[in-house]
Amino acid sequence: MEKLELLQAYWWLLIAVLGAALVFLLFVQGGQSMLYCRATKEQRQLMVNSLGRKWEFTFTTLVVFGGAFFASFPLFYSTSFGGAYWLWMLILLSFVLQAVSYEFRRKRGNIYGTRIYDGFLMFNSLFGCVLLGVAVGMFFFGGAFTVTKTNILDASAPVISQWAPTHGLEAIFCWKNLLLGFAVFFLARTMAALYFINNIGGDAELTARMRRKVLVNGLIFAVLFVAFLVVLLLAGGYRHFEGQLIAEDYIYLHNLLGMWWLAAILLVGVVAVLYGIFRAAFDSKWRAGIWYAGFGAAAVVVVLFCIAGYGGTAYLPSTVDAASSLTLANSSSSEFTLTAMSWVSILVPFVLAYIWYVWSKMNASPLTEKELEGESHQY
Amino acid sequence: MNDLIGLVDWSRAQFALTAMYHWLFVPLTIGLSVIVAIMETIYVRTGNPRWKGITKFWMTLFGINFACGVATGLILEFEFGTNWSNYSWFVGDIFGAPLAIEGLLAFFMEATFVAVMFFGWNKVSRGFHLASTWLTALGVSLSALWILVANAWMQYPTGMEFDPAQMRNVMTDFFAVALSPVAINKFFHAVFSAWTLAGVFVIGVSSWLLWRRRNIAAAKSSMTIGSIVGLAGILLTLWTGHGSAVQVARVQPMKLAAMEGLYHGSVGQDLVGFGILKPESSRTAEEPMLFSVDIPYGLSYLIYGNGDNFVPGINDLIDGISINAAGDTIHGLSYADKILIGKQAQDALRRYADARNAGDEAAMAAAAADVKEHFPYFGYGYLPSPEAAVPNVSMTFYAFRIMVIAGGYLLALFVVLIFLCRRKPEVLEHPWLCWVGMLSIVIVWVCSQAGWVLAEVGRQPWVIQDLMPTTAAISGVPAGSVKLTFWIFAAVFTGLLIAEISIMLRYIATASKGDIETPKH
Repeated sequence: MEKLELLQAYWWLLIAVLGAALVFLLFVQGGQSMLYCRATKEQRQLMVNSLGRKWEFTFTTLVVFGGAFFASFPLFYSTSFGGAYWLWMLILLSFVLQAVSYEFRRKRGNIYGTRIYDGFLMFNSLFGCVLLGVAVGMFFFGGAFTVTKTNILDASAPVISQWAPTHGLEAIFCWKNLLLGFAVFFLARTMAALYFINNIGGDAELTARMRRKVLVNGLIFAVLFVAFLVVLLLAGGYRHFEGQLIAEDYIYLHNLLGMWWLAAILLVGVVAVLYGIFRAAFDSKWRAGIWYAGFGAAAVVVVLFCIAGYGGTAYLPSTVDAASSLTLANSSSSEFTLTAMSWVSILVPFVLAYIWYVWSKMNASPLTEKELEGESHQY
Repeated sequence: MNDLIGLVDWSRAQFALTAMYHWLFVPLTIGLSVIVAIMETIYVRTGNPRWKGITKFWMTLFGINFACGVATGLILEFEFGTNWSNYSWFVGDIFGAPLAIEGLLAFFMEATFVAVMFFGWNKVSRGFHLASTWLTALGVSLSALWILVANAWMQYPTGMEFDPAQMRNVMTDFFAVALSPVAINKFFHAVFSAWTLAGVFVIGVSSWLLWRRRNIAAAKSSMTIGSIVGLAGILLTLWTGHGSAVQVARVQPMKLAAMEGLYHGSVGQDLVGFGILKPESSRTAEEPMLFSVDIPYGLSYLIYGNGDNFVPGINDLIDGISINAAGDTIHGLSYADKILIGKQAQDALRRYADARNAGDEAAMAAAAADVKEHFPYFGYGYLPSPEAAVPNVSMTFYAFRIMVIAGGYLLALFVVLIFLCRRKPEVLEHPWLCWVGMLSIVIVWVCSQAGWVLAEVGRQPWVIQDLMPTTAAISGVPAGSVKLTFWIFAAVFTGLLIAEISIMLRYIATASKGDIETPKH
């Protein structure tokens, strides 16, 4: 493997890891969707404040995910964001509304009232999760776009990447993408219930209700995800071969079988998710489900990214012009930039270390009503 | 073509809207994080609990503002893709790296330690909490560093070369990008101006407390810190502002000419201290000003350190004229020449693409050599006329003057307040002085926005100086779609701004009824 190919694979793996971290952290969005569920005022406060101390991690991971994509695969950034305009704009709008809602929702003088901000959180929960799933679904089921780099020389119509006039709406209404989108949504709800079990203490009734939610949402997620996996493994795509993009049936199944270690990781991930769900649902003393299910979900996401992009697979197939499909090779940054960025990425373990350290310090004991009463900064 | 113009205008409007709203919140975040960290340091060093109360009061205001800055920043990053997709490909190899580093090194630092700042008072030691507050401030400034490196690169592209095979620019020198003098000046200028802004914010709120005669001791202590940080900020802003102007003269002379409303330059060029431009319809290159108060030789001294240098005006730049030390007129490249060269670069690139398709390597090599030779003026090839390379002179001229005049006022304000804080603190309670303090909040925000209007309007029509005009940088989205998202974001951001101000005012009013210096928890 040449150095550039190695760097492209390395950066795709980093993108996959960031995507996995994002999916794990979507428990914040999943939890937001539970705020209108049956709960006392005190329980709702506990839930909001428990989530409110973590929302920034999800938000930051989304920003870094976007930045890393821009730096390492700029043609994707250019084509997908500029093309599937409405998809991305709706995602961004939902996160903008989320960003202020925690801080503003109960502050005096917030003008619009707590229910509006909670509505924003609900909007972010549903649209954020489902549409991020739709965006990832496009990695497999593609979009109607063309890439013509020489357009840049036409001053009257210089745009390189042209998309279908629906500009992302078609992706939102593609049932295959929605299947993944709703799977992500119910995974987020499952993870949220696991997170509440782990992070909130002193309320046995709330914890018991969360254990039921783990089971219900976990089973819905499992059904949706299995359906998505079947559709995915039966799907075709394009593979880069001798300078051309060639159509290939069952390409993702071939990738999974060809890279056996990915299939193994997928299996481990699925088992970890199921273990986290079922043990949390039935073992009333166990609080560690979030870590098992979180690790498992992250592993599955990494595998999905890997089978989408490795082996010369087009990770953003064009449904109207095969040659325009994006692969790691034709959409990446230069060798110099990827190398420079790789040096910077050495700092990732350091960043993870201080996040872990602070997380463990702040979460040394579960959040309780008593702690909340003594807290001057509340959401 | 009309649709293209509409799309470019609405895309620019949306980006400007987002950037200006973002810059309403971000400088307060940057500056207030430092002020809060200083206050907490005093608390930790003295052990005096009144400083804990004061720290928490300002920290709450910091938190209210922080969320809005985060929200608007998200849109800004992704708009490079959604609305400027050609740009994202053309220079993504260079521009994406600072954004990714910003996220990795700065955003995670902010997100991690800001949680300790707000919720860690009873969970971690005093020292760890203080370190977290400083690390939040550091993270915020690091974030500014990388985004300003990216912005500076757009104004002074360096450390890259054009790759005709991929029809994009690729990075060749990371440190030339990260440490360019334009970037360094921009970073310090922006961060120190944020200290200034936050200093005035603290002064303004403290003035309100003094006017209402609430928490007078806390208000005076806060005002002292705000004034000191503000004075340091404004002095350093002036210094780095001068550095920025020198860099502008070097790499963006058209922006400098527009800042001065200067059409015909001269040796020993005067600086317009204050003036009013004639309306554009009746403005002539010889007499552009309705009236002006000039500082003799000021511009030449400001830029070159002596009065003997020639500073080109707008028409001189268009015609490619300069005057050397001996007083001789030198004819260099006119903008018409540059447009011709830009078109030659684009023609060569077309030839390269054709030769590549035909597999003719000799023709490819010849065309690539032509592209390389003419590439420095590649973007001029898109311009319909030399005049299209002139930014909006009125907006640039007035933005510069508003910024400088407001900056001078703020310098005087800080000096007077520091004197009064130390020598005559009782004078601080005079209602008229309280009103001066409160109204200064408006002035500092106008000053801060004017700085960005100057920087961004002054560089038009370029999204990347000399290489890509905004018209060539856009996405293939219908103008109507961008128009719709513009109004959606305008409504959302305005709604959030109103809510933020309302929450802040209510919090200040409510908290100040109690004893700020006695923290509840």
